[in-house]
Amino acid sequence: MSLAAHVVARRGALGLDVELAVADGEVLGVLGPNGAGKSTLLRVLAGLLVPDGGRVVVDGDRVWDDVDLHVPAHQRSLGMVFQDHLLFPHLSVAENVAFGLRTRGVRRAEARAAAESWLDRVGLAGLGDSRPGQLSGGQAQRAALARALVGDPRLLLLDEPLSALDARTRLTVRAELHRHLAEYAGSAVLVTHDPVDAMALADRVLVVEDGAVVQAGPPAEVARRPRTDYVARLVGLVLLAGMGDGQQVRLDGGGVVAVAEDVAGPVFVAVRPESVALYLQRPVGSPRNVWPLRLATATPHGSVVRCDLTGEVPLTADVTATSFAELGLAPGAEVWAAVKASELTVYPR
Amino acid sequence: MPAPLLVPALLAVAFLVLPLVGLVVRAPWSEIGPQLTRPGVGEALRLSLVSATLATLLSLLLGVPLAWVLARSRVRGRSLLRALVTVPLVLPPVVGGVALFLVLGRQGIVGRWLFEATGFSLPFTTAAVVVAETFVAMPFLVVSVEGALRAADARFEDAAATLGADRWTTFRRVTLPLVAPGVAAGAVLCWARALGEFGATITFAGNFPGTTQTMPLAVYLTLQRDPEAAIVLSLVLLAVSLATLLLLRGRWLVRGAAG
Repeated sequence: MSLAAHVVARRGALGLDVELAVADGEVLGVLGPNGAGKSTLLRVLAGLLVPDGGRVVVDGDRVWDDVDLHVPAHQRSLGMVFQDHLLFPHLSVAENVAFGLRTRGVRRAEARAAAESWLDRVGLAGLGDSRPGQLSGGQAQRAALARALVGDPRLLLLDEPLSALDARTRLTVRAELHRHLAEYAGSAVLVTHDPVDAMALADRVLVVEDGAVVQAGPPAEVARRPRTDYVARLVGLVLLAGMGDGQQVRLDGGGVVAVAEDVAGPVFVAVRPESVALYLQRPVGSPRNVWPLRLATATPHGSVVRCDLTGEVPLTADVTATSFAELGLAPGAEVWAAVKASELTVYPR
Repeated sequence: MPAPLLVPALLAVAFLVLPLVGLVVRAPWSEIGPQLTRPGVGEALRLSLVSATLATLLSLLLGVPLAWVLARSRVRGRSLLRALVTVPLVLPPVVGGVALFLVLGRQGIVGRWLFEATGFSLPFTTAAVVVAETFVAMPFLVVSVEGALRAADARFEDAAATLGADRWTTFRRVTLPLVAPGVAAGAVLCWARALGEFGATITFAGNFPGTTQTMPLAVYLTLQRDPEAAIVLSLVLLAVSLATLLLLRGRWLVRGAAG
């Protein structure tokens, strides 16, 4: 139960060209901004959209899409969970869950029993006779998960499964989803624009921008060493690109950053906003990385104030609300930013 | 409310309601019983109800699939097809009757072949009444159901496909139940249009009491010789229409209009 796919599709202005592989029991997170092609990719994997090129292969030899072959969605062994659950409003919750078994020829009583057992597994025991409209958002998404998993599909596709939920429900449903994904033996592809979902649920992450893969790897690796501004912003880092030269990096945009180790060649420098300190005067002592910058915007962000700085080295600094008040900064103010070389992460481009 | 809108609106209401009020006021209420039991009245009413119902069933059988093709398929020339099938909406029914005659009459393109093969000639039979009414009324159903299909969220059909349902199963178990209110509303419109059909029926099916004389035909002919009786027959049609509307309103039409 593995998936290997190379999907080429053109949808309006978007040209999608993505290769991916998902092993048995693995969860692949596809992370990307809106319009990056994530949903198109998922629709091709589901068989709802005929790709313009490429291959979708399941279990090593079972071809779903090829140059001259397209297996339609209803003939693929898959389960799909949609953002807004899409439970059929005219059927009861149990009938919804049993739907996929009934279309595949399972007897009514047997399908009903399997549906009840899955409703029990997702914590909806006793709600089988309700209508989808009577469920809360979290319950509906649990029912949708049960409906997708009841037939024991080879491939599970999740399209932004948590983004329609409110923050509190999202936490519990995310934890439950994590448990069900861990028990699921097939390949799973999770599409999301929320890095927290990807980090929490995926074994491996594929970052897609403008129809192409820009980064792939384990979630922790992607979070620590982003390779594009989009990923960096998602995981809350500032990304600087430059050329290594001994213990310093000459940035492509001008400016020099001192680092703790010897580096050479094209590198990225990732800066954590909380490691950047702000001063009204040039700080005494001698941090090696000090730049006079200008405050562009300041926005409250939890217990800190996120300060976007412009100048020779564009940075973002998270300072506590108290320090921000003490600094008395207004947008446009001149400020000194300092960061220790040991706080920076440097890795090859 | 601004007078330029209010005054015409009130005039419109008066224009639409007054004739019905007149019908009710002028009705010879004391003679209703005897008039209704006159020979031919029950026959015409029964023929009207039966043929309008058959025409509606035929329209459902053929029109719902047509609406699906117009709303969902990716057939080339779909907009041309839509324009063609809605022509009967704007065509004068008499012209429709003539056209049906030319195609299905004993000398018609299809009718001749039918007559030679089976000895059956369609015009001037009860079946011709049903055909004429279907021709005129089916577009109402098609337009209504197509609108409901377009308004329905097609992603439910995607969800059904990922659950192993082919397009026919999806249509039966997901699409049709979702648009049921729209289908019902369309069927009511279709039935009402068929019930009132006059021009195509009299042209294609003629006016034979007992086989092709429906209520509208009976009303028109009775008006020539016995206006009182015509008023009674009109009242009956009015009552049947209103009863249908009221009966289905609570159940379907409101929900259909709401989505």
